[in-house]
Amino acid sequence: MSPQPNRRATGGLIDRSVSLNFSFDGKQYGGFAGDTLASALVANGVTLVGRSFKYHRPRGFLTAGSEEPNGLVELRTGARREPNTKATTVELYNGLAAMSQNRWPSLAFDIQSINNWFSPLLGAGFYYKTFMWPGFLWEKLYEPLIRRSAGLGRLSMESDPDSYEKVHAFCDVLVIGGGAAGLMAALAAGRSGARVILCDEDFRFGGRLLSERTEIDGTPCAEWAANVVAELDGLPNVTLLPSTTVFGVYDGGTYGAIEKVSDHLETPGPGQPRQRLWKIVAKRSVLAAGAIERPIVFGGNDTPGVMLASAVRTYVNRYAANPGKRAVVFTSSDDGWRTIADLAAAGIEIAAVVDPRLQVAPSLGDIAKRAHAPVFLGARLREANGGHALASLSIIGADNRERQVRADLLAVANGSNPNIGLTNHYGHRPVWNEEISAFVADVLLPGMSVAGAAAGRFALADILRTGADAGAKAAEDTGFSATMPPVPATTADPVSATPLWHVDKSRGKAFVDFQNDVTAKDVALAAQEGFRAIEHLKRYTTLGMATDQGKTSSVTGLAIMAELTGRSIPVTGVTIARPPHVPVAIGAFAGIHTGPHFKPTRLTSGHRWAEENGASFVEAGQWLRPQWFSRPGEMDWLETVNREVLAVRNGVGICDVSTLGKIDIQGPDAGILLDRVYINMFSTLAVGRARYGMMLREDGFAMDDGTTARFSETRYVMSTTTANAAKAMSHLEFARQVLWPELDVQTVSITEQWAQYAVAGPNARKLLQNLFGLAIDLSPEAFPYMGVAEFEFGGTTVRLFRLSFSGELAYEVAVPAHYGDALIRRLMAAGAEFGVTPYGTEALSVMRIEKGHVAGNELNGQTTAGDLGFGRMMSKKKDFIGRTLAARPGLVDPERPVFVGFKPVDPSRRLRAGAHFLGLGKAATTANDEGYMTSVAYSPNLGHWIGLGLIKHGPERLGERVRAYDPIRNGDVEVEICSPVFVDPEGARLQHV
Amino acid sequence: MQFSALSLAYNALTGHRHWKPTWRDAAPKDAYDIVIIGGGHGLAASYYLAKEFGFRNIAVLDKGWIGGGNIGRNTTIVRSNYLLPGNIPFYELSMKLWEKLEDDLNYNTMVSQRGVLNLFHSDAQRDAYARRGNAMRLEGVDAQLLHREEVRAMAPFLNFDNGRFPIQGGLLQKRGGTVRHDAVAWGYARAASDLGVDVVQNCEVTGFRIDNGKVEGVETSRGFIRAGKVAVAVAGNSSRVMSLAGMRLPIETHVLQAFVSEGLKPAIPGVITFGAGHFYISQSDKGGLVFGGDIDGYNSYAQRGNLPVIEDVCEGGMAVMPMLGRARLLRGWGGLMDMSMDGSPIIDRTPIDGLYLNAGWCYGGFKATPASGFCFAHLLATGTPHPTAEAYRLDRFETGHLIDEKGVGAQPNLH
Ligand SMILES: Cc1cc2nc3c(=O)[nH]c(=O)nc-3n(C[C@H](O)[C@H](O)[C@H](O)COP(=O)(O)OP(=O)(O)OC[C@H]3O[C@@H](n4cnc5c(N)ncnc54)[C@H](O)[C@@H]3O)c2cc1C
Repeated sequence: MSPQPNRRATGGLIDRSVSLNFSFDGKQYGGFAGDTLASALVANGVTLVGRSFKYHRPRGFLTAGSEEPNGLVELRTGARREPNTKATTVELYNGLAAMSQNRWPSLAFDIQSINNWFSPLLGAGFYYKTFMWPGFLWEKLYEPLIRRSAGLGRLSMESDPDSYEKVHAFCDVLVIGGGAAGLMAALAAGRSGARVILCDEDFRFGGRLLSERTEIDGTPCAEWAANVVAELDGLPNVTLLPSTTVFGVYDGGTYGAIEKVSDHLETPGPGQPRQRLWKIVAKRSVLAAGAIERPIVFGGNDTPGVMLASAVRTYVNRYAANPGKRAVVFTSSDDGWRTIADLAAAGIEIAAVVDPRLQVAPSLGDIAKRAHAPVFLGARLREANGGHALASLSIIGADNRERQVRADLLAVANGSNPNIGLTNHYGHRPVWNEEISAFVADVLLPGMSVAGAAAGRFALADILRTGADAGAKAAEDTGFSATMPPVPATTADPVSATPLWHVDKSRGKAFVDFQNDVTAKDVALAAQEGFRAIEHLKRYTTLGMATDQGKTSSVTGLAIMAELTGRSIPVTGVTIARPPHVPVAIGAFAGIHTGPHFKPTRLTSGHRWAEENGASFVEAGQWLRPQWFSRPGEMDWLETVNREVLAVRNGVGICDVSTLGKIDIQGPDAGILLDRVYINMFSTLAVGRARYGMMLREDGFAMDDGTTARFSETRYVMSTTTANAAKAMSHLEFARQVLWPELDVQTVSITEQWAQYAVAGPNARKLLQNLFGLAIDLSPEAFPYMGVAEFEFGGTTVRLFRLSFSGELAYEVAVPAHYGDALIRRLMAAGAEFGVTPYGTEALSVMRIEKGHVAGNELNGQTTAGDLGFGRMMSKKKDFIGRTLAARPGLVDPERPVFVGFKPVDPSRRLRAGAHFLGLGKAATTANDEGYMTSVAYSPNLGHWIGLGLIKHGPERLGERVRAYDPIRNGDVEVEICSPVFVDPEGARLQHV
Repeated sequence: MQFSALSLAYNALTGHRHWKPTWRDAAPKDAYDIVIIGGGHGLAASYYLAKEFGFRNIAVLDKGWIGGGNIGRNTTIVRSNYLLPGNIPFYELSMKLWEKLEDDLNYNTMVSQRGVLNLFHSDAQRDAYARRGNAMRLEGVDAQLLHREEVRAMAPFLNFDNGRFPIQGGLLQKRGGTVRHDAVAWGYARAASDLGVDVVQNCEVTGFRIDNGKVEGVETSRGFIRAGKVAVAVAGNSSRVMSLAGMRLPIETHVLQAFVSEGLKPAIPGVITFGAGHFYISQSDKGGLVFGGDIDGYNSYAQRGNLPVIEDVCEGGMAVMPMLGRARLLRGWGGLMDMSMDGSPIIDRTPIDGLYLNAGWCYGGFKATPASGFCFAHLLATGTPHPTAEAYRLDRFETGHLIDEKGVGAQPNLH
């Protein structure tokens, strides 16, 4: 391991006993436990870490936290590659591999940095003004070029191998941010017994206390923080969530948070998720997310080595890593002066302190004196020089004289913006506070309070006090009695700031948004071109839209716009931060719902039997249904399906129909409810009988069909299609609870509680007789077509329905679902002597098409009962849902396509659903479109393809030939319009004895 | 100033001192021939009124900044792959207008025809797409039905056997794609303004002056403005604005969210939609993956959404593109959707003389912007509907001549 040239031998919150190896751009480095990737790079003297988006300018770290715009890397390799990862937020681990991005061929030598020379052409919005001629070159040339050079990191394009989890949590007080204010808030609320969750995005609690050298209650502040954390850790009602960022506030006091569970490991441990998405419902929350320091816009302010002063202190104090040897401090805030002492203590020479203010508090001057730092008041920086690393700075003094100062580090402080993005999440805009020259939250979200620097309090004593206050108040609001913890003693440092947004007459490119390469000139161009509304500024220049979401740029940009347009900052306006507060992995939002767990898989109770018997399964919504049961030697699915169909029509077959919706309807008014939801009558249905019914939507279109059976005066069992089971259920519930609450009727879905099999074919009765013996009389007289019965058999209840979808003599047998497996095995055994054949949905569908029954393809939500041939079934004797609107002219228009059958004129031709019908010899235009094919099948009984469809005046045109036009599959078949019932039109087979 | 590579170069050399405001930030006059409310489709309407029909004395009023409505909040997808005869010719007209928009406006709106691919996962879905594709072909619109292997050649990164709903194929419209949304708003505003249209920002309409069944003008936050005709095109605010004229609309307002990822090197060629969940995605020229899914499901005027839909959308994304797991969602936002009872729009006169309505765009109105503007202008100028927009009548809910692409009925949150 190479030595870490910029690491000091002592101090900092790193564990020098745990060395870690890592690589950046293929080169090996060493760091320590407690480092971030950024701090380890700083310790190793790596200053060039990235290239900017547009001009490919060399960039180093600007910050040490999640607001970082420059230091983005591709972390990890292979399928685990994570583009655009902020090195400042990555906890170092052994074996870490990171690559710089958006550069070619290398970080040090990047060809596209020539964009820098063309920058006069590439100002804000340049692309709106050019690349228009000739038009076709946009997709062919200009756009591919733009696309290739845009974008930052690369996706791996491989499936994410890691898993994600979700947690639902509830608490009284959620504390967001574990710095001085957050710790005090958690302590106050935690001691009261309230359920507290404390989140911090850092892997270590303490916030700025980890990076400063001040004392609290006489102990170094980081140590004080550790003591508080230890106490909180001991409280059973407090949950500590380090490495967890609250990213959004949603309706009803729900907070979204993302926890990095194993991002500090090379790969997650066995069974360990990579990240965990928390959905925290909190009665109260305390936002104590601190503040983010602001840069100053001046020429070359993006040169590697230019850092925010707070970041410099973090590297120097927390990580004992010196980001330079000779530093300048450029500050408009008292806070920035703090950096001087820390630099001096770390052995870094201070070349100059530059403050645009003409006067500062005497205590600040003393700091500089002790550090032997030359001070320039009323001064500013005109330009930073250096390519890949800062070399010198030019200072313009109060006397307007320009001086060059050699330096490899510049610490910039310009006051801070309270970190209040989360307070915007309901759409509230923050307000400008002139006193602290920053935006603060105005309208607070229900249950939320703000404390510490997030509330615009920058003195440590105030931060501690407001934290304790907010925590105690939140606990009290949720019914606990809290005593304010005593506010510990601190030194009183001055905290005033007079921001300098932009150095006038500075030389070179002056960046506002570092990552998106938005300069002060771009802001000026936007103003000149009329994009003065703050949202226009953002969209036109892309200011604040990079992965740092404008945390270091938005306010500065709008302040410059305010200056340029001679308006105040509040009049200029402010953008609203939207969730997520930090970018969140898409995988984390999906959680476990990936791959086979995307949606629940619903299996019928006979699934295992079907698997054992060679079924191929097909998705029917969330269900898996046997599609067919291939036998050895069969060449393709069609051969199998033909066999199954013929077996049913000539013998007997069994099909699992458990997935059809089943609804139990009970109560004295059950018949009335059914009369109102079906177009036909059900109250008159005899007990022990079933009837086919169709229901409409309120708007008069057909919704679903099925049979409903009556088992007693007060009890019906409805069946629906598989697809519409839930829809029909909610329709009934709506009718029962909202439309007619006075009806005495209850409904419940029993789809999953009952297994149901269709037994169909000439031998169906014999098979069932074999099985049920004397338990039920199946003679045609005792159990006619459309008869139903419920009886006890083998220790359970059996429901038997004499229904037929196939047109054969057929029954459906239902038993409670846990007997489903036994039922299919017993049915198969009972049918063995008749060569019983299991069949799947495909054969089922062939037979229903042969019989002209409508199904999902016809019940497509765009057809009326009349279209489907059920016009006459619509009762005139009663009212029902959809009746009135079904009478609208558009729904009874005689020009509407109507349901009929189709067969190919040349019987060898295949038909396809989705073909449109055109009159023979007519041009293929919308005007000549007469309808479309809804369902097709190969009929092994007829030996050719058959189809169902909708065509204008269909029933009046039987025998006429039309064209089934299918250009999308190169198909054009002449077909003859025919009756939709292809097999056994008299229905004789139903009555087989 | 005419925009071109040349003018850009000239300005680059002269320090960009010569660029003018993109459009005049006009103050409202006392009276106009036509006042259009809403700076989305309204901008397009004003442009065509000026350019095609010679109107000059027109204003477009918006309560906020131009482009702040849905025109600047959508997922930028344009296509004309519709099913029903009432819709296809209209959206195809729009597509044709997109295809020449840059020439027309002299503004690069980045109309990018990289294709729209709708995946299907079942036989029934395939047949439904075949029906749609054939309907498109009947209208002369390009459509292709792709097999699974053809889809794989286009988008090898898809999870074809995603463990739940394997991809069987897709319906492709090659001419579909994306358009840079803000540029559409700005480009129309600039072109309209250059033709003399007053584009008035920060001017909220607070009432209508209606006398004897005829509209006289509008009350606004910047005073009364007299108008010969008033045209309303306020999308998600339609119900609120029309209630000021005493009208109730067959429209509900819902929130639709959209999301963008961090910038990535090119990963996804065109627009792809998942057929077994609600998820659609494309990649912007800047590199962000732009994606979305279902509306939030409840009526709302809040321009924000909630977590369950974000999770649902990302689940759909991971099902077809498990490579997205480590890409990060950077930003999400919500827009107000004017969801109509059949999922199709309304471009019509109203029972109030001189008051015209353009609404009901649901979440598909961005692609309609040029045709909507064109047809609205036609209606305003000639008093008769444009032939491609004849079906978009306000009274169709009464007569039953619905245009229900999805077949879900009068339940706006399902369209
Ligand atoms: C997240 C999302 C994704 C979408 N994705 C797509 C997509 O991919 N493809 C697609 O085709 N469509 C998409 N859409 C839909 C599309 O954006 C809209 O249908 C379309 O932009 C509506 O156009 P508009 O011009 O009527 O509305 P808008 O652009 O919203 O314009 C209406 C304007 O009216 C103004 N206004 C309202 N009330 C008043 C008042 N009282 N006085 C003055 N002004 C007023 C508003 O400020 C607003 O600017 C999406 C929408 C959203 C929200």
